[in-house]
Amino acid sequence: MNTTIADLKRGETAIIKQFDGIDVPLKLLEMGCLPGNRVTMMQSAPFKDPIYLDINGTHLAIRRETAVTIRVELDG
Amino acid sequence: MGKSINVSLIGNPNTGKTSLFNRLTGLNQQVGNYPGITVEKKEGICKLDRGLKAHILDLPGTYSLNTTSLDESIVVETLLNRNSKDFPDVAVVVSDIENLKRNLLVFTQIKDLEIPTILVINMADRMERKAISLDIDLMQQELNTTVVLVSARKNLGIQELKDAIANYKQLTSEPCVNASVIDTEYFDNLKKTYPNQSVYKLWLVITQDVNFGKLDRNRDIEDLKKHKFDIKSEADLKKMQHKETVVRYQFINGLLKKVLTVDTANAKDIRTRLDRVLLHKVWGYLIFFVILLVIFQAIYDWSTYPMDWIDGAFASMSSWANNTFPAGPLTDLLAEGIIPGLGGIVIFIPQIAFLFLFIAILEESGYMSRVVFLMDHIMKRFGLSGKSVVPLVSGTACAIPAVMATRNIEDWKERLITILVVPFTTCSARLPVYLIIISLVIPDERILGGAFNMQGLTLMLLYLLGFVAAIFSAWVLNIILPINRKSFFVMEMPSYKLPLFKNVAITVIEKTKSFVVGAGKIIMAISVVLWILASYGVGEEFNNAEAIVNEQYANQNLTVEEMDQKVASHELEYSFIGYIGKGIEPAVRPLGYDWKIGIAIVSSFAAREVFVGTLATIYSVESDGEEEQTIKKRMAAETNPILGGPLFNFASGISLLLFYAFAMQCMSTLAIVKRETNSWKWPAIQFFFMTAAAYFAALGAYQILK
Repeated sequence: MNTTIADLKRGETAIIKQFDGIDVPLKLLEMGCLPGNRVTMMQSAPFKDPIYLDINGTHLAIRRETAVTIRVELDG
Repeated sequence: MGKSINVSLIGNPNTGKTSLFNRLTGLNQQVGNYPGITVEKKEGICKLDRGLKAHILDLPGTYSLNTTSLDESIVVETLLNRNSKDFPDVAVVVSDIENLKRNLLVFTQIKDLEIPTILVINMADRMERKAISLDIDLMQQELNTTVVLVSARKNLGIQELKDAIANYKQLTSEPCVNASVIDTEYFDNLKKTYPNQSVYKLWLVITQDVNFGKLDRNRDIEDLKKHKFDIKSEADLKKMQHKETVVRYQFINGLLKKVLTVDTANAKDIRTRLDRVLLHKVWGYLIFFVILLVIFQAIYDWSTYPMDWIDGAFASMSSWANNTFPAGPLTDLLAEGIIPGLGGIVIFIPQIAFLFLFIAILEESGYMSRVVFLMDHIMKRFGLSGKSVVPLVSGTACAIPAVMATRNIEDWKERLITILVVPFTTCSARLPVYLIIISLVIPDERILGGAFNMQGLTLMLLYLLGFVAAIFSAWVLNIILPINRKSFFVMEMPSYKLPLFKNVAITVIEKTKSFVVGAGKIIMAISVVLWILASYGVGEEFNNAEAIVNEQYANQNLTVEEMDQKVASHELEYSFIGYIGKGIEPAVRPLGYDWKIGIAIVSSFAAREVFVGTLATIYSVESDGEEEQTIKKRMAAETNPILGGPLFNFASGISLLLFYAFAMQCMSTLAIVKRETNSWKWPAIQFFFMTAAAYFAALGAYQILK
């Protein structure tokens, strides 16, 4: 249960569970990064930062420092 | 005159909103500014049926009406202010079939403002390929509005959209999501305080003011306080906004479950395959580098042809004016002030057009976001953001749009640093200075088996130098600026698209036009002032130049032409500008310049591109104006008055190149930085540090190389 988006390997899919810390950027929610949604790790830049995700069909990139605050549960 | 209605185009970035705007208005559009701020305001006219005209406003792209940036705040302002002349009769929300869910968020918010809203689903031509099907009738019913499928790219559905706009009176303004469920008590209180107003509108006013700072409407907040309404703390409001987003997504998910089916088996697409290569840890960077290389080589090689032609055309125009009109001060002003001044503007057009062509293609294709992705980690180390790459790359066209393009950087420190270092990148105004000096001091030879031209390579090195200077100063600023970062970074990775010719063409035309008109005015004015300063003077030496020179060279048997030359030269030396130039000569001599270059540099502090025009004005005043000489030939013929030999040699050339690479010589950029940072402090710091760096770099280079 301590997995975060930053731990996902390329091609792995997980379900977003919750956010650590109170300061979740509203913009992230607006882009569809909400608990219950499926997230697939598409690719990462060198040093695993930033990370390129597919969240329910929305493709976005976030920094590693944000990724480690989003807890997920591996799917399947 | 038919009736005209106001239409606002709203939507997420990357939905093809601008393509749709271009389809609806064609070239019948104009770009201005919102009053008091520098956000671009794009407006256009679209003819509907029965003499009805739509005045279309293309609002900045936004993911929601929750204000966190200036762009979003403009959208909210426009939609809240019923008294504004831009207030829409009908809002058109543009969404894209592949990102419908996310795009609908802002739609539900606008609908809740009780504004008649049409939903456009763009890129409908991709539905079949993506195996997407949509129940439009049910969707219209559920959303209580008209839904139009279009493809701006393939020009489909545009007429249907025009019809829907024309029939806007049939749309209801009923809301679709009840946002007040997030805190019933709060919204009930709001309703009680203002029984006649839409609660959702009040809610947006509150969140905008608290989160973004007051623009012009702090009256609303004051008013709420007067009514003893408890606005709640910023943290509580933020939590409520989170809840609101979740509630809206619940509604959207419910809706899409009913109307949308996607066959996910087809999902593996060109995006994945392209991203594998373009974002590859090695190939990705290599490809980016090669693209940059190609752009600079191409600009250098291709634009020389039209530029040589323009240069020659203006030179012959000057001599034609001189020969055709009766001699006198007006003819002189035309032939030596206005025409060379105009030439100094027109000569930029090929390069600016090429640069914007490449930038527009990279933006349109979706590749620019990949560059941001590749560069973010590296840029972060220097206190920048991956998003700083776009300003730094557009800075190669002009620092002004580049400074404005920093707006989507969320973190203030990263944004400020980007603004401060962007003017180091090689803007197009430096290009003419570089080009003319490179062609004078760098041999025109091919190296590496003829693959690269030395001059082109030098130009590329100068661009790299600009980037390195920008990155290095960012690194220093990141260490010394006492600002805490509160950074987060979210960026959409749009799908790849073939750039649409029409969009690229409109960008190139618009940007070039705004350069010619905007910068052109300054260049023109300075050219005329310079001509006056160079043509008039006071005192014996100026007024009796001919007599004095005749006496001086009486025994040397000079031809009439040589004599005229000497007289002109003597006059220039004792004109107003001569005195100014002589005054600064001690400061610029250690850099390898004479007083004429000194004047060109001083006048360049208004705008760099003035440099070539100034030299053109000074030299054509000096010459007798009869012979047709291009500015380049004139510069090559100049000799160093003290050391002898050509004035523009390798050492002084490199010194000049370095000076222009570093110096902050652009009033317009300083003005924009003042506006964007809201203080004179940052532009002042920028000006003194950059100019000091330029002086010492040029000094060092000349003293070592001479």
